[in-house]
Amino acid sequence: MKHLLSINDLSKVDAISILDTAQELARVSDGPMKKLPTLRGRTIVNLFAEDSTRTRISFEAAAKRLSADVINFSAKGSSISKGESLKDTAQTLQAMGADAVIIRHGASGAAQRLADSQWMSGSVINAGDGTHEHPSQALLDAFTIRKHLSKGASDLAGLRIAIVGDVLHSRVARSNVLLLSKLGAQVVLVAPPTLLPVGIESWPCEISYDLDAVINSVDAIMMLRIQMERMSELFFPNAREYSRYFGLNIDRMKALKPAAIVMHPGPMNRGLEITADAADGARSVIVEQVANGVSIRMAILYLLLAGSQEIGAAL
Amino acid sequence: MSLVLPAPDLTRALTRISHEILERNAGSSNITLLGIPTRGAHLANRIAEIITKSENVPVQVGTLDITLHRDDLRMRPPRALMPTVIPSLGVEGRDVILVDDVLFSGRTIRAALDALGEIGRPKTVQLAILVDRGHRELPIRADYVGKNIPTSREQSVVVHLVELDGVDEVVVEGGPE
Repeated sequence: MKHLLSINDLSKVDAISILDTAQELARVSDGPMKKLPTLRGRTIVNLFAEDSTRTRISFEAAAKRLSADVINFSAKGSSISKGESLKDTAQTLQAMGADAVIIRHGASGAAQRLADSQWMSGSVINAGDGTHEHPSQALLDAFTIRKHLSKGASDLAGLRIAIVGDVLHSRVARSNVLLLSKLGAQVVLVAPPTLLPVGIESWPCEISYDLDAVINSVDAIMMLRIQMERMSELFFPNAREYSRYFGLNIDRMKALKPAAIVMHPGPMNRGLEITADAADGARSVIVEQVANGVSIRMAILYLLLAGSQEIGAAL
Repeated sequence: MSLVLPAPDLTRALTRISHEILERNAGSSNITLLGIPTRGAHLANRIAEIITKSENVPVQVGTLDITLHRDDLRMRPPRALMPTVIPSLGVEGRDVILVDDVLFSGRTIRAALDALGEIGRPKTVQLAILVDRGHRELPIRADYVGKNIPTSREQSVVVHLVELDGVDEVVVEGGPE
């Protein structure tokens, strides 16, 4: 495999091999020497046409721990803000000898376009395209869930996972539904009908409009951010009503199973989809998700870039 | 295909290596065995078992994956990573004995030395190998050798172990007989 564009590109075996690789690489992050020589001499470009803290820094940390050279490139302060097209940007990166481009873009399908075009020859890694997919986030979520709940199994069979909130605008939700169900988990999406996309019936998951009916049956609950910046119309009457029906608060925390974990891809709207008690409580693995993100992204970079492209990859 | 090391000889070789290790290091108190996955890890466990039996104290044993330090990563498809398990006392100031099945170009051992350097600074690093088949490409030699088997480059040396393959043996395949 040369690119990572969508969870649909991965088989169950591929996904598990990424998780296993990340598990071994996590030991490196825990050790005294955090740097490995594996990707020495490779150039990786972080092309972020949309804002990001976690994903960009996480990919940067992952690339640097594997000794790759990282070039950061964001819309603000680059020619993208002068209106340069994706094609011209890609050709510039090709001319500079980028071995891989990690792209975040507001348009769904931007990563696919970059990979399918002849504009550049390197690997393309999708770090979030519009409301489409965010595969590395789903992989780190699956990794976190597996670490806490799988009891040594390599997949997520038998686990029930709720994804709650703004599914309509969430690339994280789509990638997670695809990946978690592929790994054998049962996924239930909980959201007001206005925040579910058209065609949701065909997704491999259950749908509920009532968080309280679902919350006591799940092993993990993933809260999604309400994406105000993508909302051009009114999807719910007001923020207080949304948090009363779909927010994770202290009362709903009590209804969770004893071993259940609380997740959030970040950044959080504290007080809207999740209260501070829930976000900072003992069941919250939100900070750990960030740490796991570095290991997962090291695994992705290793598997896509370390081997020879000519012979064809093990993935 | 020819059988060069049948099961009883393989066991004898490991027993001899174990005793040579004890003799050279004056006992097992400061030694740490690190096997290189996959087969080196099983061999390290066998040597540890023999040493433990003869000294009556458990010996430090673990595994060291070298994949991320290989110099031929770009020449092949990416490989799966194997576990690295460093025993409780670490490697700092210890006499570390690397264990692998076949010594050929020496590149695996070079990578192992790099991997080891990231973990700590051992007092000494020694190398135990079941089969030395020659054709070194780097200035590396083994301290303990189970058997020297002269081969041509076209041949391949295959080590089978009970833990993985159900049988203990070393065979040489291919090339002119």
